[in-house]
Amino acid sequence: MDWLFLDAAFTGGSRDECSAKAGGACWAVIGERLNLFTYGFYPVAERWRVNLSLVLLIFTLFPILFEKAPYRKYALHIAVAFPFVTAWLLVGGLGLTPVETDQFGGFMLTLVIGITGIGFSLPIGILLALGRQSKLPAIQIFSIGFIEFIRGVPLITLLFVASTMLNYFLPPGVTFDLLLRVLIMVTLFASAYMAEVIRGGLQAIPKGQFEAADSMGLRYWSAMRLIVLPQAMKISIPGIVNTFIGLYKDTTLVIIIGLLDPLGIGRASLADTRWTGLSTEVYLFVAIFFFISCFGMARYSQHLENKLETDHKR
Amino acid sequence: MFDSVLKLKTTYSKEVLGMRVTKFLVIIAVLFSFTVMADAGTLEDVKTRGKLNCIVSSGLAGFASPDEKGNWQGFDVDFCRAVAAAVLGSGDKVKFVPTTNKTRFTQLNAGEGDILFRNTTETLSRDADLKLTFLPVNYYDGQGFLIRKSLGVTSATQLAGASVCIQTGTTTELNLADYFRANKMKYEPVNTETNEESIVAYESKRCDVYTTDASALASTRAALKKPSDHVILPEIISKEPLGGAVRHGDDRWADIGKWVVNALIIAEEMGITQKNVKELAKKSGNNPGMNRFLGTEGSMGEMLGLDKKWAVNAISAVGNYGEIFERHLGPKTPLALERGLNASWKAGGILYAAPIR
Repeated sequence: MDWLFLDAAFTGGSRDECSAKAGGACWAVIGERLNLFTYGFYPVAERWRVNLSLVLLIFTLFPILFEKAPYRKYALHIAVAFPFVTAWLLVGGLGLTPVETDQFGGFMLTLVIGITGIGFSLPIGILLALGRQSKLPAIQIFSIGFIEFIRGVPLITLLFVASTMLNYFLPPGVTFDLLLRVLIMVTLFASAYMAEVIRGGLQAIPKGQFEAADSMGLRYWSAMRLIVLPQAMKISIPGIVNTFIGLYKDTTLVIIIGLLDPLGIGRASLADTRWTGLSTEVYLFVAIFFFISCFGMARYSQHLENKLETDHKR
Repeated sequence: MFDSVLKLKTTYSKEVLGMRVTKFLVIIAVLFSFTVMADAGTLEDVKTRGKLNCIVSSGLAGFASPDEKGNWQGFDVDFCRAVAAAVLGSGDKVKFVPTTNKTRFTQLNAGEGDILFRNTTETLSRDADLKLTFLPVNYYDGQGFLIRKSLGVTSATQLAGASVCIQTGTTTELNLADYFRANKMKYEPVNTETNEESIVAYESKRCDVYTTDASALASTRAALKKPSDHVILPEIISKEPLGGAVRHGDDRWADIGKWVVNALIIAEEMGITQKNVKELAKKSGNNPGMNRFLGTEGSMGEMLGLDKKWAVNAISAVGNYGEIFERHLGPKTPLALERGLNASWKAGGILYAAPIR
């Protein structure tokens, strides 16, 4: 405690200045680099776009997550536009100054990768899970092949392929944005895991439910949408959130391919000769950020489970 | 539906199929030949792009790290800026590609970067096997030892029986084994994965000595709680010539990298600095060597495929070698490294660049 707060220095221009003031932690390094930790290398003049995206994110997530939000019905429709609007805001073009994605970094990069991965892996995962149980051999073989291939390869390998090997295969001049490659790889990776989690849920649904759906004359998609999936998803909530949290934490791997997430920014900051040796402070700070995000997700999943509890317990 | 597909398939004769395969192969071959062609003109690529992609470390004290505003700073970074200034006229036209030890060469060979300045030791296997072309050495490093003063050791030859912190899988690990064997001493290795781990192990007294490149030892020592309690032993047990590198196969581009590094070193010999370079370049003086350097005489820049003012641009962007060293590694920085071997040959070092003429 003493080290954390009471004996800590919160301002100063270097480690020496810190230790001259107090014997405890030197939080000045975080203070000085908060912007770098938040926005990465995003141009200063354009940072309002990142802030605006965050506000939009909150306004989009709120109605999705909480049933009692006002105007929820409309808000959900508008939410579809969110990924496109944010992508435009962050990358630019069409009237905004373009910002290259290699300038993304810090918490913003984590959020971009995490949320894209989470947002897209769920629907793709559902399709793959259904595909794996499909009676059409082509779809089934594709789903199984895809899932098993992705699960058989570490994420770090996929990222490596995305960052370096792809260039060997693509014709020259065709450059494929590095961040986009990472987003695709992370999404595919999470989808494969998601598919298996959801398949677990699907298999827990009694056969009677499928038959009941059939007997009501529902077609395949309607049966799935109205009867099977809601139950399967409810069962899989802990597994799904587990995958989300895993994916979110895996975003730190992007340092391997030269994108600087908060951890990367932290390491790079420690290499600044004014701040070397403050690893405890920097890593603690990054850890707190990840803990807050992941704990938040875990708590929400519990809330969701309680809400959807239909008392099958005996 | 599947039936119709099958039928379609059977209607192809073997010849048609053969032709299709050939066509496919030709397309692939064409694509690959394009790749080769594109590799032949890094200079043109950089000029069209308007930016130099420069591979640096994702964080190494004194050599490359971002400041609080996100601008990259450091010894290696300034060499990137110098090349950018020589080629494109401005030291800000650089995109830095941060890489780890493991990914640096792959990134370079995959074309993610045009040039690499990442405190990289020049070795035969990297040159020949990894297909790199090394630029002139810009930092002569060597492996040293860091030890607690309280142990009273003053020379590496007194280290018999010591426990040594060492990063696995590095050349330093091999050098250490060689050195102790040659001096008929025994040691106890304490293996770690990264520099940070080693420092923690050393600070918690799990090992008596920490060994790595002398430049890294200096920054490590500066980062310890009480730097004055530790000393770096005078012995340097290996050669670690650090330099930039480019891909094999583009000699013109390699020439540019080579001569920019040379120009920075020569500028120091001639006393050309960031401050006076603009003034000196205004008109040609009495010193023909300096005139050639400043582009007021001869056509050195044109021979490289660059602007006449290439060297002037490089120097006005980052200063000469001595200035770069002072700014990032010298005695006024926390790293406090002496010039030592890295002084100009006129000042007792071994920096000796080929002449520009």
